[in-house]
Amino acid sequence: MDLKEKLLSSFLAFEDTVDLDNPVHEVRSKAIKNFEEKGFPTKKQEAWKYTSLNTLQKVDFSIFPKEENTLDYKDIKKYFLHEIDTYKIVFIDGVYSSYLSETTHDGVDVCLMSSAFNKPMYRQVIEAYFNKVASQDESLTSLNTAFSKEGAYIYIPKNKAPRKPIQIVHFATGNEASLMLQPRNLVIVEENAEVQIIERHQSLTENEVFTNCVTEIFAAKSARVDYYKVQNDRETASLIDNTYIDQKRSSNVSVHTFSFGGKLTRNNLNYYQDGEHIDSTLKGVTILGEKQHVDHHTLVHHQQPNCESHQDYKGIFGEKSTGVFNGKIIVDKIAQKTNAFQQNNNILISDKATINTKPQLEIFADDVKCSHGCTIGQLDADALFYLQSRGIPKKEATALLMYAFSNNVLDSVRIPELKVRINKIIANKLGVNLGFDL
Amino acid sequence: MLEIKDLHASVEEKDILKGINLNVNAGEVHAIMGPNGSGKSTLASVIAGKEEFEVEKGSISLDGEDLEDLAPEERAHKGIFLSFQYPVEIPGVSVTNFMKTAINESRKAKGLDDMPANQMLKLIREKSEMLEIDRKFLSRSLNEGFSGGEKKRNEIFQLAMLEPKLAILDETDSGLDIDALRIVANGVNKLRNKDNAIVVITHYQRLLEYIVPDFVHVLYDGKIVKSGGKELALELEEKGYDWVKQEAVV
Repeated sequence: MDLKEKLLSSFLAFEDTVDLDNPVHEVRSKAIKNFEEKGFPTKKQEAWKYTSLNTLQKVDFSIFPKEENTLDYKDIKKYFLHEIDTYKIVFIDGVYSSYLSETTHDGVDVCLMSSAFNKPMYRQVIEAYFNKVASQDESLTSLNTAFSKEGAYIYIPKNKAPRKPIQIVHFATGNEASLMLQPRNLVIVEENAEVQIIERHQSLTENEVFTNCVTEIFAAKSARVDYYKVQNDRETASLIDNTYIDQKRSSNVSVHTFSFGGKLTRNNLNYYQDGEHIDSTLKGVTILGEKQHVDHHTLVHHQQPNCESHQDYKGIFGEKSTGVFNGKIIVDKIAQKTNAFQQNNNILISDKATINTKPQLEIFADDVKCSHGCTIGQLDADALFYLQSRGIPKKEATALLMYAFSNNVLDSVRIPELKVRINKIIANKLGVNLGFDL
Repeated sequence: MLEIKDLHASVEEKDILKGINLNVNAGEVHAIMGPNGSGKSTLASVIAGKEEFEVEKGSISLDGEDLEDLAPEERAHKGIFLSFQYPVEIPGVSVTNFMKTAINESRKAKGLDDMPANQMLKLIREKSEMLEIDRKFLSRSLNEGFSGGEKKRNEIFQLAMLEPKLAILDETDSGLDIDALRIVANGVNKLRNKDNAIVVITHYQRLLEYIVPDFVHVLYDGKIVKSGGKELALELEEKGYDWVKQEAVV
C-alpha cells in the first residue's frame, strides 16, 4: 500500500477518535476529499519541480503513534532555548506532554489545539479562524487539515502580550519504526497585541520521521508577531512546513527560518496582506552539507496600498546538498505605493552542491518599488585575501566570511539569547572556532 | 630586511611587474611613487602574497627567507603588513573581534597561547587612543559603512595592533582630509623604530611631508626607473611624471 492509500484508509480510523458532530469535522472531510483527488505533489508541478516526495512515499509510516512516550528533560534540554524563561508547548510523537510543557490562561491563551477544538468556550474563535487563511486547494495542507487534531493554540487578546516568548517543540522518539506527524497550529493575535514564538521539530531517532505541519497566523490591526523556526534536525527527518499568515492594517509580522539540518525540508511560507501600512519580514539562513535538501517557497501577496515586504534569504551549500528558493511576490492593481524587496544570496562551497533560485514577480500596480536580487557565487577573493593578510589562516578566514555572510540576516532577531544560540549553531556548522565570543 | 630581485609578475597573462629590484633595510622608510597603472598596488599585493598574481621570475625574501611558497597568512606571521588601498567590508564581525582573531592566530603560529583578555583590552585602548579612534567605532562591523577616512584610520589601527616588521602603506593618504592625514601619519611615525621598516606607496607627495622617507623610487611600466632621496618626491610634485617617463624610454 502506498502512503496515499494508507492515509486515506487511516482517515476512517481517525474518525473514530474525534467528535463527528463538531463543525470542524466537516472541514476535515472536505479536506480529505481534496487530498484524495490531488494526492502528493509531483515534480511535474512547477512548484515542486526541484523537490521530490517519491522516496518519502515509499516508507511505511505509522500514522498514529501507538503509545504515549515520555522523555527526561535533562536529555532534551539542549533543544530548548533554556537560557531564558519561556512558555512551552511540547509534544512527544504527536501527543501533548504536560510534564514538559508550561502553558497559561493568564490573560492570554497558550495551550492546545485539542482543547480549542473540543471546548465550547473556543468554538466561536475556531469557527472564525480555523482553516480560514490556509489553502483549501493545496493537497498537503488539505492532508494536514483532514488529520488536524493537535498542535499549539495561541490566542493573544487586544493590547496584550505574554510575559515571555513561547516555544513549540515537537519531538519524535523513534519508538515507532517510522512515524508521520501532522501538527496543526493556530496563532491569533488581536489588535495591538504581540507575541514571540520559537518552533522546532526534533527527531531523537535514526528512524524515519515525516512531519507535515500547518500553522495559521492571524495578525489583527497593529499586531506584532515574531516567529522563529529552528530547523536543525537529524538526517532521517523530513519536514514540510506550511505557514499561512493573514495580516491586517499596520500589523508587523516577521518569520525567520534557520535551516541547518534534516533530510528534506520544504518551507511554504505565505503572507496575505489585507490592510494598509503592513510590514512583512521573511528571513532565512540555510547552511547545508551531506545530501540535505531545503526548499524555500515564499509568497507575499500585496492586496492593499502602502505596504512593505522585506525578504532576505542566505544559503551556504556544501557537499552534495541542494537548495531551492522560489520567491513569489504579487502586487494587486490596487496596491499602489508597495515597497517589496527580495534578496537571495547563495554560496556554493562544493562542486557537487546545487542551488535553484527563482524570483517570481507579478506586478499589476504601476506606482510600486519592487527589487529582487539572486546571486550564486563563491566567496569574495579580495575579502579572503584581506583576512589572510592579517594573519588569519585560509580555513578560518573562509569560515569567518561565511559567518559574516549569513550573520546579517540575524540583525532582526529580537530575542538576544536566540540570536547568540543561532550564531553558535552557524559557527559549529561551519566547523571552525572563530576565535571570539559571539 | 626586504630584498626583491628581478621580480616579474603577471595577472591573467598580462605582465605588470617587469623586473623590480628593491632593498629595504631595518629602520628605513621607502616611498614608491609613480603614475596610475605603473604597478604600485600590484607590487604591494605580490609582497603580501595575493594568489591571483603569478610570480614569473625573480624573488622576494624577508630576512633572507624566500617568501615564494608562503601563503598570505604565513607572510603576516613573519611580520609583513599591508595597509589596503580599498579595505574590504566584513559585516557581522566587529573591529575588536577581528583584531582578537588576527592577533591570536599570529600568536598561535608562533606557538604562543591566546593573549589574555585584559592585556588585549589594554592594547586596544592604548592603540585606539593613539589614533584618536572613538571606542564605539571598535564595536562596529569591520569597515561596514565606514567613510574613506575611517577605513584608512582603521588600517593604521590594525598596523599599530599587529606591530609588523615591514609595513606597506598602499595609498593610505587617499580619502583622508588634512586632520585625519596628520593623525594617521603621527601614528605611523610613533611606530617607527630601528628594527622595522615602512614602504609608502603614494601617488602624491603630500603624505611624505608627514612620513619623511629615506628613499624615493619611481615606478613606471613595471620597473623602478629612478631612485633618490626625499628631494626626488618634491621634484616629482613640481614637474609631474612625464620627464621620468621620457628618461625611462631613453
